Amino acid sequence: MSMINYASREINCKLVYYGPGLGGKTTNLEHVYNKVAPGAKGKMISLATETERTLFFDFLPVDLGTIRGFKTRFHLYTVPGQVYYNASRKLILKGVDGVVFVADSQIERMEANIEAMQNLYDNMAEHGYDLTRIPFIIQYNKRDLPNAASIADLQAALNPGWPVEDAARQRPLADPYHEGEFLVGRTQDGEWIERATYFEAVAVNGEGVFDTLKAVSKLVLKTLG
Amino acid sequence: MSGASSWSLAEADHDKIVVLLTAFLRESNARTALLVDRTGQMVATAGEPPEFDPTTFASLAAADFSANDQLARLIGEPEFGSLFHQGETASMYLADIARRVILVVLFDTRTTLGLVKLRVRGTVGDLSKVFTEMFARDGGVAPRVEQDFLGDAEDEIDKLFGE
Ligand SMILES: Nc1nc2c(ncn2[C@@H]2O[C@H](COP(=O)(O)OP(=O)(O)O)[C@@H](O)[C@H]2O)c(=O)[nH]1
Ligand SMILES: [Mg+2]
Repeated sequence: MSMINYASREINCKLVYYGPGLGGKTTNLEHVYNKVAPGAKGKMISLATETERTLFFDFLPVDLGTIRGFKTRFHLYTVPGQVYYNASRKLILKGVDGVVFVADSQIERMEANIEAMQNLYDNMAEHGYDLTRIPFIIQYNKRDLPNAASIADLQAALNPGWPVEDAARQRPLADPYHEGEFLVGRTQDGEWIERATYFEAVAVNGEGVFDTLKAVSKLVLKTLG
Repeated sequence: MSGASSWSLAEADHDKIVVLLTAFLRESNARTALLVDRTGQMVATAGEPPEFDPTTFASLAAADFSANDQLARLIGEPEFGSLFHQGETASMYLADIARRVILVVLFDTRTTLGLVKLRVRGTVGDLSKVFTEMFARDGGVAPRVEQDFLGDAEDEIDKLFGE
């Protein structure tokens, strides 16, 4: 839930990086932290265990600066990966404005990806949020690894699309990031479906990290207009 | 939007809130009062300006309160209406306001927990009324920004996240 504070003239939006453990969520935030201009970022907070795995969340505020008189800020959060931290995962989703799902491309992690995606849907639903109606981006990370699954397989498993019921929206919508692909399109049975935008990434060297962040933050801003 | 309830704080509401917080600080001898949204955003502050980063503070305070909410449920309580963290010199007291906002009181040895608790009760009631009225009035209508804002914001995103 974005909040517009007319007294302090601030707009804050909350972005959550979700996904299976060790998929690269924290690495995404670290890259943003290392690369964003010093004046634009706040402190990065990591509530982690001694073994460095995220226990509760990582938090990084990023400042867009003052736009038309409003100080505009994105709050970036990651959630812990392991299922036994589900209570904390759910808490972090409270008031979320946009979600990035960081999938681990490795074939061996397919099950973990699917489980985390299902868990994301469930936790959103428990808050009364509909994942198909808020800004949502999927990032296929670790594209550098030799055991990475194909994008087609990952899309089929994690981003098969949801039905478009609103007749006004039943028209082809090209994916601006991938030529020849569609965000809204028709299946072979003639059913209209919509998919989330996706990006490929190698978060350890920063590839795809800012493309992902740019896309989700623009989607979030659109919901304010 | 999807049910995530966006909201906005008008200047008149902010002024009302600061008046209440300031009166509370005077009566309780506490140092600083902060209002933090349950999603981790700072709403208002009064009293001595905090020396820490308010954005960080707000996100951690909200997480602290939410985690304790879940702990309460585990032991069969609907909620902990308030929390107390005791330090050597600085302490903090947190109280729920209308299930949407958290009042955080920072105080030191110039006062006592007893006095803070005594004085905070009325303030919590007054603030709850302000927020309940505010949320009822806004009726869950998402705040809107101007089209010009969106254009400029997109340009800033391209600049800042452009690498
Ligand atoms: N090879 C490779 N390793 C990565 C990539 N992104 C992250 N990692 C590594 O994966 C591990 C887990 O990353 P982390 O960000 O902690 O995952 P999280 O649990 O999702 O927060 C770390 O050792 C990272 O260095 C990537 O794109 N490629
Ligand atoms: Mg992590």
